[in-house]
Amino acid sequence: MTGLTVFALTGAALVGLGFYGLLAARHLLRRVVAFNLIGSGLFLFFGAAGARGVGPDPVPQALIITGIVVALSATALAVGLVVVHARAAGHAVLPEEPEEPEEPKDEGAT
Amino acid sequence: MNALVAVLALPLLGALAAVALPPRAGVRAALLATALTVAATIWLLLAVARRGVQGVILGGWEPPLGIGLAADGLGAAFIAMSAAVMGGVALAARQMMAPDVVGARAAFGFWPLMLLLWAALNAVFVSRDLFNLYVGLELLSLAAVALVAIGGKEAALAAAMRYMIFALAGSLLYLAGVVLAYAAHGTLDIGLLAARDAAPSDGLALALMTAGLLAKTAIFPFHVWLPPAHAGAPAPASALLSGLVPKASFLIILRLWFEAMPDRAGFAALMLLAGLGAGAVIWGSLQAMAQARLKMIVAYSTVAQLGYLLLVFPIAGGDGAAQPWAAGAWTGAMFQVLSHALAKAAMFLSAGLYLAAVGSDRLGDLRGLARTMPMTAFAFALAAVTLMGLPPSGGFTAKYLMMTAAFAAGQWYWALVMALGGLLAAAYLYRPMAVLFARESLIAPRPVTRAAQAVPLVLAGASILLGVFSAPPFEFMQIGRPDAAEEGL
Amino acid sequence: MTAALPVLILMTSLVPAIVTFFLPQESHLLRNALNLGSAVLKLALIVAMLVAVAGGAIYEAALPLAPGLVLLLRVDEIALLFVSLSATLWLLTTIYAIAYFGDKAELSRFFGFFSLCVAATTGLALSGSLISFFLFFEMLTLSTWPLVAHKQNRASLDAARSYLLFALPGSAALLWAIIWLESTTGPVLFTDPPDLGGIDPWSQRAIFALFIIGVGVKAALVPLHGWLPAAMAAPAPVSALLHAVAVVKAGAFGVIRVVYDVFGAGTVVDLGVGVPLAALASLTILWGSIRALQQDEIKKRLAFSTVSQVSYIVLGAALAGPYAMIGGLVHLVHQGLMKITLFFCAGIYDERAGIKRIDGLNGLGARMPWTSTCFSLGAMGMVGLPPLAGFVSKFYLGLGGIEAGAPWVLAVLAASTLLNAAYFLPLLYRLWFLPPAEDASGDERAPALVAPAVVTAAGSLGVGILAASAISPLGWANLIVLRGYAP
Repeated sequence: MTGLTVFALTGAALVGLGFYGLLAARHLLRRVVAFNLIGSGLFLFFGAAGARGVGPDPVPQALIITGIVVALSATALAVGLVVVHARAAGHAVLPEEPEEPEEPKDEGAT
Repeated sequence: MNALVAVLALPLLGALAAVALPPRAGVRAALLATALTVAATIWLLLAVARRGVQGVILGGWEPPLGIGLAADGLGAAFIAMSAAVMGGVALAARQMMAPDVVGARAAFGFWPLMLLLWAALNAVFVSRDLFNLYVGLELLSLAAVALVAIGGKEAALAAAMRYMIFALAGSLLYLAGVVLAYAAHGTLDIGLLAARDAAPSDGLALALMTAGLLAKTAIFPFHVWLPPAHAGAPAPASALLSGLVPKASFLIILRLWFEAMPDRAGFAALMLLAGLGAGAVIWGSLQAMAQARLKMIVAYSTVAQLGYLLLVFPIAGGDGAAQPWAAGAWTGAMFQVLSHALAKAAMFLSAGLYLAAVGSDRLGDLRGLARTMPMTAFAFALAAVTLMGLPPSGGFTAKYLMMTAAFAAGQWYWALVMALGGLLAAAYLYRPMAVLFARESLIAPRPVTRAAQAVPLVLAGASILLGVFSAPPFEFMQIGRPDAAEEGL
Repeated sequence: MTAALPVLILMTSLVPAIVTFFLPQESHLLRNALNLGSAVLKLALIVAMLVAVAGGAIYEAALPLAPGLVLLLRVDEIALLFVSLSATLWLLTTIYAIAYFGDKAELSRFFGFFSLCVAATTGLALSGSLISFFLFFEMLTLSTWPLVAHKQNRASLDAARSYLLFALPGSAALLWAIIWLESTTGPVLFTDPPDLGGIDPWSQRAIFALFIIGVGVKAALVPLHGWLPAAMAAPAPVSALLHAVAVVKAGAFGVIRVVYDVFGAGTVVDLGVGVPLAALASLTILWGSIRALQQDEIKKRLAFSTVSQVSYIVLGAALAGPYAMIGGLVHLVHQGLMKITLFFCAGIYDERAGIKRIDGLNGLGARMPWTSTCFSLGAMGMVGLPPLAGFVSKFYLGLGGIEAGAPWVLAVLAASTLLNAAYFLPLLYRLWFLPPAEDASGDERAPALVAPAVVTAAGSLGVGILAASAISPLGWANLIVLRGYAP
């Protein structure tokens, strides 16, 4: 088993773990972590898949770095949202059924 | 400086300025950036019309190593659509998103988010590289989620959170597909991918990317997040979210299936996509009929209207791409994108005006408002004409082109879906129209200025004019199309 | 100038419509001047064109939309017949409506949609291609809705909803038919009937049926007529316009276009769809009359009478022969003149005497002689007494029936004449021969209301008496058939 295959398999395992977390966890913070797991798994797999042929391929590396930055900002927003939502709702779990947002009665009020 | 770079850089600079400057100056800077970007868009349109596809190679690095941006007729038309909607929304938001209306925080946050969203949209419209598209799409989703959450109420936050989960899941699926495509071909440039031979993993890659994009486009059955999110956001934000945001991910699906990997999809897959679209048309319309609030009706109508777009795949995709009717069907779908954007923005802005006038958008509270706000009612009615697909609107041009092509391709059942969708749209839009038109009003409305009412009217009028003068945009969107047939039927 | 004139004629209704929407409610003078001025201008333009077209000129203006979608305005003889009718009656109805509404609320909205409705009818008349026809057909559907709902009470909103409930599925059927046809033949121009060879006969029949459903809703063909009697909840000027020129006539005109210019009379006969259509028209003629007999309200009786009378036009088209076509075309004009007279008068009875029901008419002839004379002329014309307009139409339809080898048409016409007499003559009897009720009131001191009725009543008398002259509707219908459809 070459090093690359190890990377690829680990990546795939991370993706699987992440999906399990996404489906099984209801706490929003856990779900955010699960997303990060999937993302990391994909990047690992990407690195392994990119390293074909002789030398290292610079393109996947550049893309992975970009991807990590993007994932970081998404995580930041998601965590921020979890915190505000938890403050407003008193818990960090989404209601089961998407419900109508409450009527914005006072939106037009001065 | 190139017009293509300008439409990307100006909104970004404006977003930065809107964050950095004190609130009043920030709004002014945002408005200036809006005006400049609209001007740059016109510049770009003229350039594409005169000289064909406009391209830029960033940093002088050629693909596959570097990233190339290009605006073809389709991309430029979408950029123009964003400029029209953004311009209208910016004018409307000066009042609707004022600090004394929505609170200081939302008023401050709206402008940079709007400009960021605009930059992301334009970036998606001109990117020709699957990974670059991913970055644009992520930026778009982040700005869109924040716009939903901007109101700060619990329900809106929950809707934003749910949207975020769908958006992130969609991104990851898409990214997984991108990784597979790179592993097989060693490039992510759409033009280069199209030239490669098919690889065994392409089917899986295409499926993953499409599934992710469908979730982001809110295509049935991945639509559940859309109505609460779009109805819960402030009206100007809803106009952007409903009118523009799903179009970006749809454009990527289109580029994948028509440009990057046109020959990989079997007919069954194309039919499956259209089946989902037909489901969206019918289910979205039925749900819209059951809603009691104007914004929810309009939001479910988006679910239905997006469904039409997917019908283009079996008619003009796969083997159909070489047929004479393909250009008609394909351009029809694009007309649907453009006219829906204008009409839906007009509808949400009208809903926002009603909300400002009577403080509620429950149908029962809107009774008799056609009398006190006739311009807004007229704007809503014109937008409804487009959504129903009645002539002479852009929506009619779209339906006519797609239905004729469906018949020519021997797939009349998709034409039936479109005809049925038009009737259903009439059914769900009739309720708000009848309520607005009722004689007595229950609530004495606060006055709304004529200038504010003019914005949705202009947008709705534009969606009608798109049908009356449909020949120039038709020609324009053929610029740079890969296997453009000579003309439609 | 040849391209500009049709566009100009369309604009004389379209521009005032748009301007009127933005006029404040209080500017009565400006609004009235604008609407009357445009109506007069339009009439003048049409007269100018009538002269030119009689001399053989043809006007055309095309606006290409997307490929396959060509907006084509084309003035030929048949278009002019319809457009002159609508322009004349528009002017008269505008005068009537201004007097009828006085300074009631929401007049800018009303006159805006009123002009839009006329613009749609004009466009429909001038359409030279199937898709332009559809475009204006839909514009008509939409601009009529606010007119029917104008009073904004429960009855008119219900009527307006029922109108859309019929009209929109009808539009869907029409669009379906157009697209089915055009996906094989390409864009259909009325000048150049499409080659139907690529479509198998059963599909052709299905397309024809869809077309008839689509235009039949507006022509109020049984069983698609339910919206028309309900729509009499609208104000009197709207009913007048709806029943005489705008909506039902658009449907009837559509039937003529479909039979003669889309399929062609020969194909209609070959496919064997003409006779079923004629039978449906005959059924509508009889059914409308029978239902009219049962009504106690004046406007409802008139509405069912429209259901019946408009199908004369459909019958004329369905028989697909020259005489029948002349009968149908000429009835397009005659029915318009007669029915608008009747609705004008019904509005006057309602407005000046508060009378809506038939039993209120007793003895009104002495009190309101002008109105009652006009009403009587219109009613007798409908019955078909010579030399009034209705007689001419029925005469040619009868000839057409014999010519087409369908003598049963004569029986239908005879039965219908008897029924017409049965539901109109009692009204005349009440007007002139029964003593008035003791608390009767009412007068006709409203010249702007009465004058249009007098003009149209005189018109329906005149077109009958002068039928033989070349400039009469009959003369024009002869010209149309001779030039365009002679076998």
